[in-house]
Amino acid sequence: MTLGVLGVLVVLGACAPAGDSGADDSEARTIQPGPPGEAGRELTAEEAAALPRPEYTDADVRFMQGMIPHHQQALEMSALIEGRSQNRMIGLLGQRIAISQRDEIALMSRWLERRGEPLYEAPEGHEMHAEHMTEGHTDHGEDDHMADGHMAAHHPAMPGMLSPEEMEQLASLSGAEFDMAFLRYMIRHHEGALIMLDTLFASPGAGQETELFRFASDVDADQSMEIDRMALLLREIAAGAARDDPDPGAGPDGAPR
Amino acid sequence: MKLTPAMKPLTLAAAAGLLAVAASDAAAQQRPPPVEIPETSWQWDPDDPRIGLEAGVFDAGEAIDGLSLLISMPKPDAFLTEEADGRGPTNSDIAFLGDYMIQGSYWGFQIYDVSDPAEPELTVSVVCPGGQGDVSVHGHLLFTSVQQSSARQDCGTEGVEPPVSGERLMGIRIFDLSDVSNPRQVKTVQTCRGSHTHTLVTHPDADDRVWIYVSGTGRVRPAEELDGCVAGTPDEEPGTALFRIEVIEVPLAMPEDARIVSAPRIFADPETGEIAGLWPGGDHGPMTQRSRVTNQCHDITVRPDLGLAAGACSGNGILLDISDPANPVRIDQVADPNFAYWHSATFNNDGTAIVFTDEWGGGGAPRCRSTDPDTWGANAIFRVRDRKMELAGYYKLPVPQTEQENCVAHNGSLIPVPGRDIMVQAWYQGGISVFDFTDPANAHEIGYFDRGPLDPVEMLSGGYWSAYWHNGAIYGAEMARGIDVLALAVGEHLSEAEIEAARSVRMNEFNAQTQPLVEWPATVPVARSYLKQMQRSGGIGPEAASAAEELLEMAETGSVDGDAMVSLADQLESTARSAENARGAGDARRLRLLADTLRGIAAGG
Repeated sequence: MTLGVLGVLVVLGACAPAGDSGADDSEARTIQPGPPGEAGRELTAEEAAALPRPEYTDADVRFMQGMIPHHQQALEMSALIEGRSQNRMIGLLGQRIAISQRDEIALMSRWLERRGEPLYEAPEGHEMHAEHMTEGHTDHGEDDHMADGHMAAHHPAMPGMLSPEEMEQLASLSGAEFDMAFLRYMIRHHEGALIMLDTLFASPGAGQETELFRFASDVDADQSMEIDRMALLLREIAAGAARDDPDPGAGPDGAPR
Repeated sequence: MKLTPAMKPLTLAAAAGLLAVAASDAAAQQRPPPVEIPETSWQWDPDDPRIGLEAGVFDAGEAIDGLSLLISMPKPDAFLTEEADGRGPTNSDIAFLGDYMIQGSYWGFQIYDVSDPAEPELTVSVVCPGGQGDVSVHGHLLFTSVQQSSARQDCGTEGVEPPVSGERLMGIRIFDLSDVSNPRQVKTVQTCRGSHTHTLVTHPDADDRVWIYVSGTGRVRPAEELDGCVAGTPDEEPGTALFRIEVIEVPLAMPEDARIVSAPRIFADPETGEIAGLWPGGDHGPMTQRSRVTNQCHDITVRPDLGLAAGACSGNGILLDISDPANPVRIDQVADPNFAYWHSATFNNDGTAIVFTDEWGGGGAPRCRSTDPDTWGANAIFRVRDRKMELAGYYKLPVPQTEQENCVAHNGSLIPVPGRDIMVQAWYQGGISVFDFTDPANAHEIGYFDRGPLDPVEMLSGGYWSAYWHNGAIYGAEMARGIDVLALAVGEHLSEAEIEAARSVRMNEFNAQTQPLVEWPATVPVARSYLKQMQRSGGIGPEAASAAEELLEMAETGSVDGDAMVSLADQLESTARSAENARGAGDARRLRLLADTLRGIAAGG
């Protein structure tokens, strides 16, 4: 709970502005304007401090909880690249995905944790805190690459996620076959994130809180961009494979099998 | 900016550990190597006092050079909410109207009377949420950018619950500041992607209206909420709200009639007509940066006097002809293998150079570490010739920052020192940097102000959003700590005359994205500025220099020797001509500027 302690330190710091600084605001008023064309109102200090602000909703929490295993699976998929792909672009792509998804997992965990929310949506009504996730992690570790997926496996599949069979299938491929399957799956995976965003913003009261809104907007921009990039890469690789192999199992447009 | 409260690896590991993600040995072994970036070989002064500053919100260590700190003002009470552990909602951009400074915020805006920059007085705090809350002013009107889905038409703070609602506002708010202590909202204009930033556009021949270029970067809203809004790629949806900006026309006498008059496809390929005609997104080859797809502008800076705009548009920098403000036409574009996200632009005064910034990491990440390349997250400076841009060089904060400081190139403005191109710029928690880019290929720092990180362990979001010069002072909008006001200090890089000449430039309005042409009066400090600069660089002979010095000293005491000044001016111009023709000694441009100024003084100022 290191983060919580830091939070307290920061609050203490914020209460102590340097004595020689500060504007003279003794005469200043606080105004809340009205709708366009209408008069506003003056706020007392008490009123200004008590203004309502959007709280996060269950849908916000579910979005964050669902996106963690979703991102987690992208990490697992990227971890498959080494040893299976010889394509430098795929390697770079995997690195970039891994870094951004790790950053975002940390951010989502912090968001949930600071609000006292469990990190994962409880499947059968029992909350899954970090401790629970640590326990029972070892009894599933037959495949190093799949260790992280343990968590994802506990979670109801989020849109675009690969089934265990699909993950196995991906892990069984190599070379251009792997590259193309990786891209197709990752595109689907990312498109799933966009569906989750649609669901979020279609939920009453969701996406209102400032920090969550910023995060959701970033995920939207990043995943959309990566989808475009991967689609382009898939076309290039599929075209190359078509030249090398008369029957690569995929159309040159990269259409999924 | 795009705010991503990203975390440093240590925090990341801690958070991931809580998840039992990285705690698993298997996962730890799979940790990917860092993203491939070029070898960093940049140098910095190991004794730079900005290295190793103590952390703290209001008691952080400080380092300053070439500047002096006049005052620091924490956020007013109405803005010190519980948000961000009590640091309150983020401060964003600033604008100036007469003696007033308007500080934008995600929670509304504040107006300060800065007639004495060292003793600003808060005039009014205005609560009206809707990040980012970037501000522009014109006459008695204030414009703010709104892109949060919680923003309401009525300035309410409670958010908008229904996913589709007429209460929601994403776009532009217009306020009437006729009574500056009681701003009134007079109009809102809705747009499909909201307004991340906006640019006030004037036209030299139109004094009854202004235009607002809206740079929206949000999700496309549902058509049920705002008619005509369609998402999707141009192939699927030719009417897509992506790949465009919106232009709002504002009749100044009737701002309530403001409306969108066009949505120009400024990224279109002029030959094929393809709407998505610029950078498709992705990297530029091995070891290069990944630039975002050009389907939006982040910010646009206009020079109404030149009829030009520089657009920082995601994956490209573009140049627009804005002689017809409602119908901007793209005339040039550049991409850069070091740029992740083209963020903002600043012209030099002559319009012969443009400083573009790259907001690598979105502003929420530490991108000024010793391991970050000095051409990534930096400024790229382009020369402009015949309305075409050509890369000349880069400038990045020349000292490494810590993992706890979000840092990347951000908003700045010119400091009007005659004869030189000088800019003051915000670098988030990297502080404020003043640099000279008179030679765009050799930009270098001439002053700075920096504080230690907000927190010694965690990377909290903060630092300077904007740092702008206005009427003699530098105003730094600190996202977490409030506002700092600074002044230029005389030193090896700036003479007293140059500072005095810069201070003599007064503007009634200042919006950093609506750059005015600065014209200096014929005064002694202005003449002396050119003279000092040429003495530094050897651009003037010693005899001419002492003759000029003598005449200027006399003029200062009230005895202008007009004939001698005109005669010296003739001589300087002749030197300038020979310097140009024979590539001889001398700084032709400044010799001419000095000659013109001397003539002006001789003619009575």
